[in-house]
Amino acid sequence: MVALGATLGGFNRREMSISQKLWQINWGLVLLVSALAGVGFAMLYSAAGGNFEPWALRQIVRFGFGLVAMIAVAVIDIRQWMRWAYVFYALGILLLIGVAVQGHVGGGAQRWLSVGPLQLQPSEVMKIALVLTLARYFHSASVEDTGRIFFLVPPALLVMLPVGLVAKQPDLGTALMLAMGSAAILFMVGVRWWKFALGFVGLCAALPVGWNFLHDYQKARILTFLDPTRDPLGSGYHIIQSKIALGSGALFGKGFLQGTQSHLDFLPEKQTDFIFTMLAEEFGMVGSLTLIALYILLMVYGYAIAFRSTSQFGRLVALGMVTTVFLAVFINMAMVMGMIPAKGVPLPMVSYGGTSLIVTMMGFGLLMNVWVHRDTRIGRGVGEA
Amino acid sequence: MNQRENQRDKLFTRRALLLGASEMALVGALVGRLYYLQVVEASRYATLSDENRINLKLLPPPRGRIFDRFGEALATDRLTYRAVIVAEQARPVGIDGTLDALGNIIEVTEADRRRVVRDVKRKRAFVPVSVREDLTWEDVAKVEVNSYDLPGVSIEVGHTRYYPHTEAVGHILGYVGAVSEAELKDADDPLLELPDFRIGKNGVEKQRDADLRGVAGSSQVEVNAVGRVIRELNRVEGKPGHDVELTIDIGMQEFMRRTIGDESAACTLLDIHSGEILAMVSAPAFDPNLFSLGLNARDWEAFLSNPKTPLINKAIAGIYPPGSTFKMITGIAALEGGAITPDTRITCGGHTTIYNQVRHCWNRNGHGSITVHDAVKQSCDIFFYEAARRLGIDKLSEIAKRFGLGSKVGIDLPGEKPGIMPSRDWYLQTHGKSWPLGETVNCGIGQGFIVVTPLQLATVVSRIANGGRAVVPHLTRRVGGKVPEDRPNPPFPSLGIRQASLDIILRGMAAVVNEVHGTAYPGRITEPGFEMGGKTGSAQVRHLTAAERERGGFTLSKSIENEIPWRERDHALFMGFAPLSAPRFGCGIIVEHGLHPGLSAVPIVHQVLLEAQKRYLAGSAPSAQNQPGAVQKEG
Repeated sequence: MVALGATLGGFNRREMSISQKLWQINWGLVLLVSALAGVGFAMLYSAAGGNFEPWALRQIVRFGFGLVAMIAVAVIDIRQWMRWAYVFYALGILLLIGVAVQGHVGGGAQRWLSVGPLQLQPSEVMKIALVLTLARYFHSASVEDTGRIFFLVPPALLVMLPVGLVAKQPDLGTALMLAMGSAAILFMVGVRWWKFALGFVGLCAALPVGWNFLHDYQKARILTFLDPTRDPLGSGYHIIQSKIALGSGALFGKGFLQGTQSHLDFLPEKQTDFIFTMLAEEFGMVGSLTLIALYILLMVYGYAIAFRSTSQFGRLVALGMVTTVFLAVFINMAMVMGMIPAKGVPLPMVSYGGTSLIVTMMGFGLLMNVWVHRDTRIGRGVGEA
Repeated sequence: MNQRENQRDKLFTRRALLLGASEMALVGALVGRLYYLQVVEASRYATLSDENRINLKLLPPPRGRIFDRFGEALATDRLTYRAVIVAEQARPVGIDGTLDALGNIIEVTEADRRRVVRDVKRKRAFVPVSVREDLTWEDVAKVEVNSYDLPGVSIEVGHTRYYPHTEAVGHILGYVGAVSEAELKDADDPLLELPDFRIGKNGVEKQRDADLRGVAGSSQVEVNAVGRVIRELNRVEGKPGHDVELTIDIGMQEFMRRTIGDESAACTLLDIHSGEILAMVSAPAFDPNLFSLGLNARDWEAFLSNPKTPLINKAIAGIYPPGSTFKMITGIAALEGGAITPDTRITCGGHTTIYNQVRHCWNRNGHGSITVHDAVKQSCDIFFYEAARRLGIDKLSEIAKRFGLGSKVGIDLPGEKPGIMPSRDWYLQTHGKSWPLGETVNCGIGQGFIVVTPLQLATVVSRIANGGRAVVPHLTRRVGGKVPEDRPNPPFPSLGIRQASLDIILRGMAAVVNEVHGTAYPGRITEPGFEMGGKTGSAQVRHLTAAERERGGFTLSKSIENEIPWRERDHALFMGFAPLSAPRFGCGIIVEHGLHPGLSAVPIVHQVLLEAQKRYLAGSAPSAQNQPGAVQKEG
């Protein structure tokens, strides 16, 4: 098949050299990602009261590493990614179990794994591993295959295992993102509507049971979301202060480094979860819409790459990554605006945090990879490429 | 490309577009929410944001000062210095190290140290914690000089009320203290909620608190989430309290206080025409400075357990039977009511029977046939028994009330007592029975139900001596440079008493002091032109037993007198005026358990009236403009 493909299209090279691949990289996308990171640097600089320490400088260094990782991910042959997909998945699961066993307690939940001097957040790694795994599973599946309910049992299990482990940490926000990102991929390969409906009903039925497994603070968070005045100085305080910061930013904001809510410490965790709030306070609706526009542009790129990709694996990876990023953006923004209860979901590319930044950039690396390899033919089996 | 893949591609495209559309819808929701928060509700959130960060700090105004009539300060603010430590600034050495260093310079007790360590733990690191209050200048200088070695230690300046003349004017000035719950509830002045704020608790400090207090200033400061002040945004200066100028002459006041000495007594000196109180002492007194920084429990216990009640201003809140000092009222009332004429003679045989009761005169030998003039002079009981009987209680009561008895005279001080001037109606209301006729006779000599305050005594003598005008005693001369509107000013209305009646009694009072057989003759003023008139009185603290009456009633021999416990001795009263030729000053005194008025009460009034005349009439006063009487010419 490869030989056939090679004869069909004149530019469908059998193998590209590294330099050819680098030439193929979508530098516009790199620019867009850098622009988002730049917004992050500016806000972290402001969050520290006009200082590069302690956040902005470190984030810039990490961004440098991330840039290298992103390019590296982009130029590795796409078939290698497919070949190793299940291995990554297995590694991700091992890391999650590792967290559960000897996790480092951080923020009331076990989310971190210490690997030497590094602090790793396996749930972030799992976002990519799961997309790769599902993309590989459905790469060669026909419409008839996905119609068979028996065929859907293994991917359902593949999703439920990490979702369960992450939820157990407990990190509900990330678990939700993993589940929804997976659902998007299943949707894309043509799983019937009624099966989603069935799954949704099953989930609702499981809710009361799940409620009992929630930690008290999680219950409190959900209850406080439903009624923020329930605890104006506790959990609800963060959301109320965040809304005050957002609202008082008004149309044009209070100005760079001038956000009173953030600089006078009324805003909690302004460098991570609530960084969008800070941006909205200092730059107003104009600033927040600009950031949202950047994300939309990114998504449009992602969709274009997905549509342009000739392989099922490629476009599933592309849309999977776009959807993962979109979900993170949506959950984070909806959270700080008091639309949904959540915590611990950083704003991709902007929030302070090493694992999140580098994993997100690797995700964009995969997106570029799909673009670079848009015409690469991938066989049904891994070895057949 | 086969059929299957084509079908799959179509499905993918359709669903990808669906997914993209739903994602855009969610983005739309975010934008909608942003619009709601940042445009629709923006002004509300802007307000909330400002409320978050802006704190209004009240700036307490300096309290108005209190001066005497010649401008001598009676109550001022004194600067106090305290050493405070700010934990976060003390970090290089630590709290313990800093306290050690401070302890080498000024005294820091073990208790201070424990309290500081405890407070530092409780409060946020930037909140100053007091180490020592009320430092001396020397200590302040030592701390300032060594400030480089004392990181986090600084001197804070505060204001404390200071009364330079201490206990001599204690009862008049009152004192200041922390705001109580009840006071907080009644008023809406935000100043009262300041933790260190002091308000007037008694005396002039309480009476004129609204004027003395001033108006709060404010400082808008930006604070962060934990309340640390970042910067000042705006500042509105408050208005200092008004100064209050009293009618008191502190020289006269201290003279009166010295003259009273260790007695438990209350004395008031009035300008009989203007009503200005030149001096008013209740002894023993308290030092109001003790209250400024907070009274300690031991002093408080001592005040409460003292039988001479130093916390009570007896001049306005002590009530006593007026005794013989009431005889002038009986005399005037009888003359006015037609019960007697100036020439009416009543025979005193030492005792008489009225309403089937045998009544004695203090003089067991009797005064013989006497007129009202002589009856006043010799304080004959029988004459006034009979006069009262002829007059009846209601007429007596009505005249007595005109002179200020039975109701508050209206001095501008809190806590004045009205006393009691009985009448038939009063008796019916309080006892539910009709008036016992024998009580009319008791009232005639100031016994029975009648009780008066020493201030009322001074008021009565003033109203008799000033030609029957309803002078009202007062203490406030000016507030903030202006005559207060609530102050009663001359000319005072007439009491409706004929001058002829008053003259007869005044002549009687002159005789009491200046004629050989007068009851106060030994205490007369001999300096020509300064002579006084007056009337003595004794108020029984307990009823005489029959045995004591047998032994001579009030006139016990010296040896027996000394055996009576202090608490059971009679109160001694005197009211006087001077000078005789043209009365200017009225003075009323009660010496608790003073026994003989002539030995205890009269000498004090003698000294006081003589001193007052020397000060004001002989031209030795510091400022003629502020002399008593001068105020009448002012607007």
